Amino acid sequence: MQPQVEIRFTLNHRVVTAAVPPTMALLELVRDRFQLTGAKLGCGEGECGACALLMDGEPVLGCLTPAVDADGREVLTAEGLCGAKGLSPLQQAFVNEGAVQCGYCTPGMEIAAEAVLLEHPTPTVEEIRRGLEGNLCRCTGYVAIVEAVQAAAGGGR
Amino acid sequence: MSQQASMRWIGARVPKLDAPWKASGEVRYLPDFVVGGMLHGKIRRSDRVHARVKSIDTSAAKKVPGVHVVLTAKDVENVAFGHGKDNTPFKGDVVRCIRDELAAVAADTEEAAEEACRLIRVEYEDLPALFDPRAALERGAPVIYPEWPDNKPFTYRYAHGDVKKAAAESAHVVEDEFDLTWVSHCCMGTSAIIAAFDTGGRLTLNSLTQVPFLYRRDMAAIVGMKPEDIRVIQPTIGGAFGSKLDIYPFEPIAVHLARAARRPVRIVFSRQEEFLASPTRQPAIIKLKSGCDARGRFTFRDAYVLLDNGGHTSWGATIPFVMMQTFSSLYRVPHVRFLTDVAYTNNPYSGSFRGYGNLQATFAIEQHVDRLAEKTGLDPLKMRLLNAQEPGEETGQGLKFVSCGLRDCLDSAAKRSRYEEKRAAKKGESGRRVKRGLGMASMLHVGGGAKIYRSDGCGSVLSIDDFGKVTLVTGSTDIGQGSETVLAQIVAEVLGVHLDRVKVVNSDTDVKPWDVGVHASRTSYVAGNSAMMAATQAREKLLKAAAEQHRLPVEELSLADNAVMHTPKSGVAKKLEPIDRLVRSLHFSDRAELLITQAYFEPGSVKQDKEFRGNVSPTYAFGTHVVEVEVELDTGLVKVLGVWAAHDVGKVLNALGIEGQIEGGVVMGLGYALTEQLKIERGKVLNPAFRDYHLLTAPEVPPIDCDYIETEDPTGPFGAKGVGEAPAICVAAAIANAVYDATGVRFTALPLTPERVLDGLIAAGVTKDVGAR
Ligand code: FES
Ligand code: FES
Repeated sequence: MQPQVEIRFTLNHRVVTAAVPPTMALLELVRDRFQLTGAKLGCGEGECGACALLMDGEPVLGCLTPAVDADGREVLTAEGLCGAKGLSPLQQAFVNEGAVQCGYCTPGMEIAAEAVLLEHPTPTVEEIRRGLEGNLCRCTGYVAIVEAVQAAAGGGR
Repeated sequence: MSQQASMRWIGARVPKLDAPWKASGEVRYLPDFVVGGMLHGKIRRSDRVHARVKSIDTSAAKKVPGVHVVLTAKDVENVAFGHGKDNTPFKGDVVRCIRDELAAVAADTEEAAEEACRLIRVEYEDLPALFDPRAALERGAPVIYPEWPDNKPFTYRYAHGDVKKAAAESAHVVEDEFDLTWVSHCCMGTSAIIAAFDTGGRLTLNSLTQVPFLYRRDMAAIVGMKPEDIRVIQPTIGGAFGSKLDIYPFEPIAVHLARAARRPVRIVFSRQEEFLASPTRQPAIIKLKSGCDARGRFTFRDAYVLLDNGGHTSWGATIPFVMMQTFSSLYRVPHVRFLTDVAYTNNPYSGSFRGYGNLQATFAIEQHVDRLAEKTGLDPLKMRLLNAQEPGEETGQGLKFVSCGLRDCLDSAAKRSRYEEKRAAKKGESGRRVKRGLGMASMLHVGGGAKIYRSDGCGSVLSIDDFGKVTLVTGSTDIGQGSETVLAQIVAEVLGVHLDRVKVVNSDTDVKPWDVGVHASRTSYVAGNSAMMAATQAREKLLKAAAEQHRLPVEELSLADNAVMHTPKSGVAKKLEPIDRLVRSLHFSDRAELLITQAYFEPGSVKQDKEFRGNVSPTYAFGTHVVEVEVELDTGLVKVLGVWAAHDVGKVLNALGIEGQIEGGVVMGLGYALTEQLKIERGKVLNPAFRDYHLLTAPEVPPIDCDYIETEDPTGPFGAKGVGEAPAICVAAAIANAVYDATGVRFTALPLTPERVLDGLIAAGVTKDVGAR
């Protein structure tokens, strides 16, 4: 049995605690212990972005980030982007612009897009495309995803 | 089917119905749900490419804490399955490729299952192996299956006209050998399944299959059950693109594990496993000879195709069905011969992949169109227009083009890309080390299924409840492409109800009526027509009931705004009664009638004869792409500046959905053309990771502009045809033609990586070899 580390952090706006082995990935913690399955295991090697999470407003790869790193931080998943009234403006833009097909990449894409918008509230197309570079999508060809981020930025966030 | 003057839902930009649940992160995919008591299954695969299995020792694996069962071929009835009946869940005596399944473990945790797999000891005796299909057909080659001493399980022969004579009489003839390699589907969600038996012995499979009914039948035969004792539930799927058209060994293995452990078992592939052990696009060697007369009219086409079947047979072996259609019928060609040999090797095996052989065929054919155009002195656009198919044509193979927008596609793509202007302008650019080029290519694909089984039909059951909610239970399957939304739009349009009143149920074989599955771009057309028939019957029932109740002539009644409308002879329409009230008055009256209709739509296509002749699909999709590229002569880098696509879609059903299909398909085609390759050497996969398998990313995607040619096929739902596969098909051919236009060098193999292009430029003397690489 590995030694467990006690951590305390904010997960989707709520303070939570967990005892985790030091080798556990943040993705596993979020998915298996907190049942937040929005973030996906697409590769487990830091190559696809399906597992992206926001940690203190910065995008991180849940599959590579140790769970213990979340201690004292604020972690957000796609589920946490939703507000009391449902989808966030960014998520709604994903829906309206056809940025969602099979949807497997979508939660990770939204996190990457949210990070772009946090850094550049009115991003250029180039900034959006670069911000999504680490996220793979096999269905959409990315066009609608980039348009969704543009729409969200133009929609007065 | 009848067209309505102004339409509310058909053609609108409708977001996918399930998109909000996907965008919120709450939709559960197979790896996201846990069934009570569930165990984790893992598979131990071969690490040899061709070997006799001398022994498998599972004793250490069985001792790993948390392990419930370890199975090998000895423990189950290992029934042969697949198109060639040459695959089995476990391999007992001989392994024939690197992915072959030797044993499987079910354990409490994934880690325990993995650990147990590692501890399984296998003793092999290596056998001589084959990695090149050409070598496999040579006399004296090692034999992979004793039943096939020539290593040739399948051949295809098709011909119309007299190729020999036509070749002799042609003014121009070109000949090339094209070499297409393996690529992977790279679905973002990996292969997965959950198998669970209930105490009554009934099996429930949570499966990603694209063909639930055929799958249930095949699975029943493999695991020794009756099909009706198997329920297939299809949860939301993380991409398919054809990869889930066949049944693969991990699926019956999950069933065997669940049966032996008496617990539900889930298997989810790792990404590495997905690259190693899911099917690929079929590689192909295509030897093609083509000719035309002095004016540029095609005279003949003579193709010999050699397919590497790998160690077992899946759908890859059947791509000649589709390839030959493009050879015989994309243009008017009076004399065509098409031969294919399929050869066993010890490489991994291929399945179906969006386009089904057509990317490979089109890559060859469309480069030959350009080569013949050059010999004739015609512009490639003129050459294509001269030979293009037209509506009403019945081709040499018997395909009937009721509607055909190929000419309009050619014109539209050329015009919007300013093809002629740009081709003329670049003649002056010399001396630059970066060259621009423009290339085009066209495609033909089935647009309403392909009748390869006795029926290519789809059933629908439609009901309207007493709140006016419409439920369509369709046999078809949504694999993320958005068919569910399109079906709901069709129903809403016919019944004059708001889209939010329509619910589509499509994911449970215990509930839904029969369907062949998602493939051959058939869902919009076949399931669409089926849904339309069921909805039309419901409309007639509603109108008849309203006419009786209100004592009005039925001709004066219609449906709109969730209500029955009355339009008197000389007057404006007004609301007569809301649909829900009308339905209630049927339910709760002497009539005691439920509003339920059913339909089974069978397309008017035919099963082809032994000579592969016959109209295999009721409608066909056409398209043209123009691409503009920039080629760096010193590095070989090909940069795509723009893609102008035009597709004959019959009718746009969902403007947003079709855009997504085209963009996604074009980018998939760009990956095939430029970056993607599953590198296989001596039967081993060298790059089973995204790091080394270059999928295009957002910054690499060029501007894509698409035009929809609405030919309104008279047999399609509202005139529509299927286009799910079309957009990926002609991209690579257009790029190769553009690279030639830029550099004067032809490339007959893919992908066009900088290394390959630079080598080609150096070999052709366009770039000097400075030996710096
Ligand atoms: S799962 Fe983390 S990057 Fe792919
Ligand atoms: S929508 Fe399917 S992978 Fe992006």
